[in-house]
This record gives sequence, structure tokens and C-alpha cells, in this order.
Amino acid sequence: MFKISKYVLYDILRNKVVLAYTAFLLIVSFSLFQMEENSSKAVLSLLNIVLIVVPLVSLVFSTIHWYNSYEFIELMLTQPISRKKVLWSEYTGISSSLVTAFLIGVGVPVVIYNFNATGLALILIGSLLTLVFTSIAFFASVKSRDKARGIGTALLLWFYFALIYDGLVLTILFAFSDYPMEKTTLVLSSLNPIDLGRIYLMLQMDVSALMGYTGATYKDFFGSSLGLLYTLGIMLIWMIVPVLLALRSFNKKDL
Amino acid sequence: MIRIENINKRFKKLHALNGINAQLNKGQVISLIGPNGSGKTTLIKSILGLVKPESGNIYFNDESISETVEYRNHIGYMPQIGRYPDNMKIGQLFKMIKNIRSQKEWDEELFYRFKLDTILDKSMKALSGGTRQKVSAALAFLFNPDVLILDEPTAGLDPLSSEILKEKIVSEKEKEKLILITSHVLSDLEDLTTDVIYMQDGKIMFTKSMIELKQETGEEKLAKAIAWMVKNALQKNELSYLKIAK
Repeated sequence: MFKISKYVLYDILRNKVVLAYTAFLLIVSFSLFQMEENSSKAVLSLLNIVLIVVPLVSLVFSTIHWYNSYEFIELMLTQPISRKKVLWSEYTGISSSLVTAFLIGVGVPVVIYNFNATGLALILIGSLLTLVFTSIAFFASVKSRDKARGIGTALLLWFYFALIYDGLVLTILFAFSDYPMEKTTLVLSSLNPIDLGRIYLMLQMDVSALMGYTGATYKDFFGSSLGLLYTLGIMLIWMIVPVLLALRSFNKKDL
Repeated sequence: MIRIENINKRFKKLHALNGINAQLNKGQVISLIGPNGSGKTTLIKSILGLVKPESGNIYFNDESISETVEYRNHIGYMPQIGRYPDNMKIGQLFKMIKNIRSQKEWDEELFYRFKLDTILDKSMKALSGGTRQKVSAALAFLFNPDVLILDEPTAGLDPLSSEILKEKIVSEKEKEKLILITSHVLSDLEDLTTDVIYMQDGKIMFTKSMIELKQETGEEKLAKAIAWMVKNALQKNELSYLKIAK
């Protein structure tokens, strides 16, 4: 399998988009740490950028790359290589290059300027989000043969997870504001990996003190090792389920 | 060697393959002919596992192909339109395929006879249709497979290269391989073919050996024999329609 991943990686490195992405993350991270005197404040700003940029780039890049390697995939399938192997090789190739880009672009500056639990949590969440959204992108691109539709779906999914979902949650919270909603919001946040990542990270920082009673309940949960396990578990589900669904429909697909 | 049992495939409304049964054996050179859109390429792609039939089974050496991919080790496939990664060079493409298949002995006769070794640095996207066909052909024969599936092999090739390819097919035929060819240029198939499968609208109209075909039609040339068969089959159809009309 790694033989094929190697060619996927080689192809990704050659088109230089991932290199540009790495450079972009590096510049943003370093400039934030340079501008803010308080490095934990810089981590907070960095968090907001990571939560927007990482899912977007992972989704769009993976989708476009999938469609661009259609010929490669077709060629591989005329060889004695199973569809499962081809899909996993593509996935490992793309996700490993994006995670590497993130680790260099955000990981290195964070380790230099803000090497503590919060910093490490940011690196962890960013890497997990990359894997999750690559997986979702695979699902979107395997499902539709048409390139424009695939990329469109990926973008819509990003809008949904990054913007629309929060609006929906707020509406629900307003509508039921007379009831205790702590447990419900916890469940709701698990339905969106970006939200889950945000809440988990916020609660690693001091800002959670500003969040009142809800913040306190959350802090109890997410601050504990159980919270970490929970976050990891949900993220893993978000990572594995879409790619398995993609594999299932790829196995039935006509080329 | 390859047994096809009652396979069906629909693309939306189009019934691309309609209850296809066939038995392809070692030593045969089978010409798969039929009008455009009759399901030839779909049938070939089903054998390769690129298209998944809705029902029916295909067996390679008595093993169902839906469970394994190993059988593709024994198949060399030359597609109708070869599509290759755009940003690869010819040399890289061959290196990659050799690297992925662990086989260590290669049949590079076509590779050298088509002079692909002189254009190793040409990128795949800059290739002309004909050169692309040459690459496809060289790849199909590269691993000396027991089965060769050639989808319109001579389309787009210049006469000289076309002749080289035909010579190669003849020399493989003598090694008792199974060769499946589709082509619209029937004169190309003339001296190669041992059996003919004629398809129309997703169905096999007839499967006959060359000898049977010549005896039945009294024609010497493949093209004329096919024309005779098609005409007669059509007449039968028309007759049955007439009966219904009466």
C-alpha cells in the first residue's frame, strides 16, 4: 500500500499547494506570536484561524486532488490492486501531507513560543480536524462523479460546519432557554467536529472562566481525562465513518 | 479461462448489457464486434472489474472475479482511450507500473519497437493520441500476461505502428494465449481472429468460430461474412414483425 501512497505524495509535493499552505500557516503563526505580547492570547487568535482555515483547506484540497488523480486511480484499478487499497493509499497520501504541513506550519511555532498543555491541545485538535475533513472530502468526492458538484458539495459542507451549524445551535438554545441545556449542548457540539474542537480548546484556556455556569460544567467534563478521551473518540468516529462510507460507495462505483 | 454468466448492467435507462453469456478459452483470438454503443467496452470493463454488473457472475479460471483482484495479474488491458496522470513523464509511468507490480521479467519488445525509450522525458499530457495508444499497447504487453484485452488497438496508430502491433498480437497468439479484441476495422482482424462475438443493443447476437462463419455465409472475407449475418438476422427480425402485423 505504501508503494502507491508514495506516488500520491510525490504528486502532491510536485504541485506545491501544500508547500504554500505550510508557508501560509508558518507566516500567520509567527506573526501572531510576534505581535501579541501574551503568548496565550496569541494561541487564542491562532485557534480561531486554525478552526476556519484547516477544515477549508483540507476539504477543498482533498476534493480537487481526488478529481485530478482520477486517471491515476483508473490506471491503478486495471492493475491487480484492490479498490480498498487504492482508496486508503490516496487517503494516507493526502492526509499525511496535510498533517505534516500543519505540524510544521503551526506545530513548530507553538512549540517554540507556547510549549504547554494548551499549545499541545491546539496541535492535537488541528491535526485531528485535518484528518476528519480529509475524510469528509473523500466521501463528498467519491459520491459525485461531476467535479464541480463534488467541489461544491465540499464547500457547502464547510459552510455548514464552520458557520451554519453554530447558527442552528444558537437558535435551539434560544428557543429552549427556559430549560437546562448543558447536556444537550454537549451532545450538539459532538455533532460538529469544529465545535467540539473549539470547546475542548477553550476549556483548556483561562477564557473559560468568562463563560459562567455552563463554562463551569463544561470545564468539569472537558478538563478531566475523560473529556480528552471523549473528544478523541468523537473525532475518531468523525474520521473513520465518512471514509468507510466513501469506501463502500467506491467499491460499487463504475469507472 | 473466462466464463461470463448472465450478466446485466443498466446505465439509467440504457440496458448496456442484457443477459450476456460467454465462454472464452485459451488459444482463442476473439473479435468482439458490433455497432457503436452496443456494449463492447462495458463488457470488457466488467471483465476487468471496472464496471460492476447488477447481476450475474464472471469467473476467471473458475474463480469469481468479485472476490479477488489477483486475476488481474494475468490480464493485459489496452483501453480504447488511454488516460494517464497528466504530470507524469513516460519514463516515470513505466517505472511506476513496474514498481507496483512485483514481477521482475518484462516483455519490452513493443516499448523499444515503438521507440518509446527515445521519448522517456515527454510528459503524458503533451502526447498525441497515437503516442498515447503506443504507451497503452506497450503497457498491456509489458507483463507477458496470459490474457490480452485490446479495445480498439489500432485506432489512431500510423500504418507502420499498426503493423508492428499486429505482428506482436500474432506472435502472442502462437503462445496459446487468450486474446480479446474489439475493432471496427474488420480487415485488421481478418488474419488474427479464430472466433467472432457479435453484439448489438447489449445482447450477443451470435458467437461463431471463423470456420463456421465462412461455411454458413459462403464468404471468404470477415467483413462480408459479418455483413451477410447481420443482413440475414435483420431480415428474420423483420419477418417476425410482419407476422405480428398480420
